[in-house]
Amino acid sequence: MKHCCSLAKRFTAALLLGVTAASAQTLINGAGSTFDYPAFTKWFEAYGRTDAEVRFNYASIGSGGGQKQLLNETVDFGASDAPMKDTDMAGAPGKILHLPVVAGGVAIIYNLPGNPKLKMDGGVIAGMYLGQISKWNDPKIAALNPGVTLPDLPVVPVHRSDGSGTTFIFTDYLSVVNPTWATKVGKNTAVKWPAGIGLGAKGSEGVAGQVKQIPGAAGYAELAYANQNKIPCADVKNAAGNFVAPSPDSVSAALATASIPDDFRFSMVNPPGDKSYPIAGASWVLVYQQQKKPDHGKKLVAFLKWAVTEGQAISARLDYAPLPENVQQRELKLIDTIKY
Amino acid sequence: MQQTMSQPATNAPRTGAPGADRAFQWLTLLMALSVFALIALIGYELMRGARLSLHHFGWRFLVNSDWDPVNDIYGALPAIFGTLASSVIALLLAVPLGIGTAIYLTELAPLWLRQPLIMFIELLAAVPSVILGFWGMSVLVPWLRTLLFPWLQKLFGFLPLFQGPAGSGFSLLAAGIILAIMIVPIITSVSREILRSVPGLQREAAYALGGTRWEVTRIAVLSYAKKGLFGAVILGLGRALGETMAVMMVIGNSPQIVLKLFAPASTMASVIANEFNETPPAGLYPSALFELGLVLLGVTVVVNIFAQLLLKTFAGPSVKPQP
Repeated sequence: MKHCCSLAKRFTAALLLGVTAASAQTLINGAGSTFDYPAFTKWFEAYGRTDAEVRFNYASIGSGGGQKQLLNETVDFGASDAPMKDTDMAGAPGKILHLPVVAGGVAIIYNLPGNPKLKMDGGVIAGMYLGQISKWNDPKIAALNPGVTLPDLPVVPVHRSDGSGTTFIFTDYLSVVNPTWATKVGKNTAVKWPAGIGLGAKGSEGVAGQVKQIPGAAGYAELAYANQNKIPCADVKNAAGNFVAPSPDSVSAALATASIPDDFRFSMVNPPGDKSYPIAGASWVLVYQQQKKPDHGKKLVAFLKWAVTEGQAISARLDYAPLPENVQQRELKLIDTIKY
Repeated sequence: MQQTMSQPATNAPRTGAPGADRAFQWLTLLMALSVFALIALIGYELMRGARLSLHHFGWRFLVNSDWDPVNDIYGALPAIFGTLASSVIALLLAVPLGIGTAIYLTELAPLWLRQPLIMFIELLAAVPSVILGFWGMSVLVPWLRTLLFPWLQKLFGFLPLFQGPAGSGFSLLAAGIILAIMIVPIITSVSREILRSVPGLQREAAYALGGTRWEVTRIAVLSYAKKGLFGAVILGLGRALGETMAVMMVIGNSPQIVLKLFAPASTMASVIANEFNETPPAGLYPSALFELGLVLLGVTVVVNIFAQLLLKTFAGPSVKPQP
């Protein structure tokens, strides 16, 4: 009983201490992309050690939610896997800046007996999802993979059933490399998948889970999920004609060669470059150029500068591709234009 | 309070503190009204969110089977179909099982067995839906794919319902089975309460006429309780219509209208839960999802009203469910 009381006292004391400590801190609120969430978590933890006066609160509610919260000015920053549309930005109370903070690759994963290493190109991937390639021993797959014995198994393409930045990158890539895809399906965070072909699963973990379970399944997932689940992924043919394995390095290479406009609203699928992995995309932090709360603005700017430079080494450990040096420098200049 | 207890009972309530009494009455009235207000508010907010889509698509929203976020064309028909089809499958499986269990528990089971059985059934109701979904995904679905589907196809392959490729196991039938597991406890426990409240005299009279156990159950108990049992089924249906998580994990999330047990489908609840996170802040897409929610609310209300009307047409004395 005595022990319990002392525990309760200590708990109360800790609570009080926590409250007094928190009141001296600036609390920065963010919301948005689930894709960024692991990176933010690590960053907040590491950044907290360099600046104890700031605390972060990030709600991983999805890119659309992040944009909405920013437009309603209920958060200090939003995070989104797709750049904002002009029509949405027009309704904003101030100018919104796009800052790419992480980049990631989308791996094509599959489940075949013996787990052979496969090569694919945009035509094959689009063909599987359009239902044109229904068996694994299809001549189109065989032509890219001489020497690999392909089984006579039906292809079960698995896609994300939830709206997702990963789907945006994947369909963006297919729309760029395959005209049939561009006219029949198009690109978005959610699309109308060709009827009666394949399955939908929620989240990258859902796609990875179903692919692992169904022999003959193929899917797409963030590189981190494919790596963590140890699912084989295909080497994908890039714009230069090379087959490249997805990795943080090959995505960084793609970022370095992608053409990036000054407002940083860009798509980086299928960029030139020998070592670029073609199915990759960035995720953005969205902030107002004119900050309304000076103390929040100051802390946010310091954090963003840290995140696009020093933070990149931390996010790289989570299989996000580090931003290349030239992109970092350009972003620092843009961050400097934030007023508070 | 103790004074009140010790006073002799009178017909009129004590008028010591009329103000407090009235205040209490108003307070409870307010609480009762707040439920209506809440439902009205939910309906209003859904309408408000769906305004754009309501205006743009009109009635076509209900009959269009396209769901195409790229071209901003939205139709609810596949999701409505999936919701109704998976719920009907669930009822077909769960009603005989639930009512049968309830009959066994109240009429036939030895006394020592009743309590443990009831406890297990209630335990089933306590399993969180995401756990059931997880089980469904990792155990039920592979089992359906490798064992049940081929077997069913061998037996009933001549029926269109059972045709088509057995595929991956993620299907309408998988969703129906998971839903059935979720609603069996509700149907069982409500049915049990209803059967228990059938007066013993009914049974004794039937036995006195020389009825067998089956006859007594059928004539004296079931026909007496049918209205209440129907109510139990509707309560189960209500849960099946709105269930989201577990269904989403096993149905395969493919918005298509195919009346085949082994084909994947999608439901209204699963589409909303799947897509709402990543919709843009404004425009037709989020509005269409709001309207889907409105339709789901509408379908649930219609099912309940239909059930009430059906209940009224039943003749004879009956027992109502008291959940």
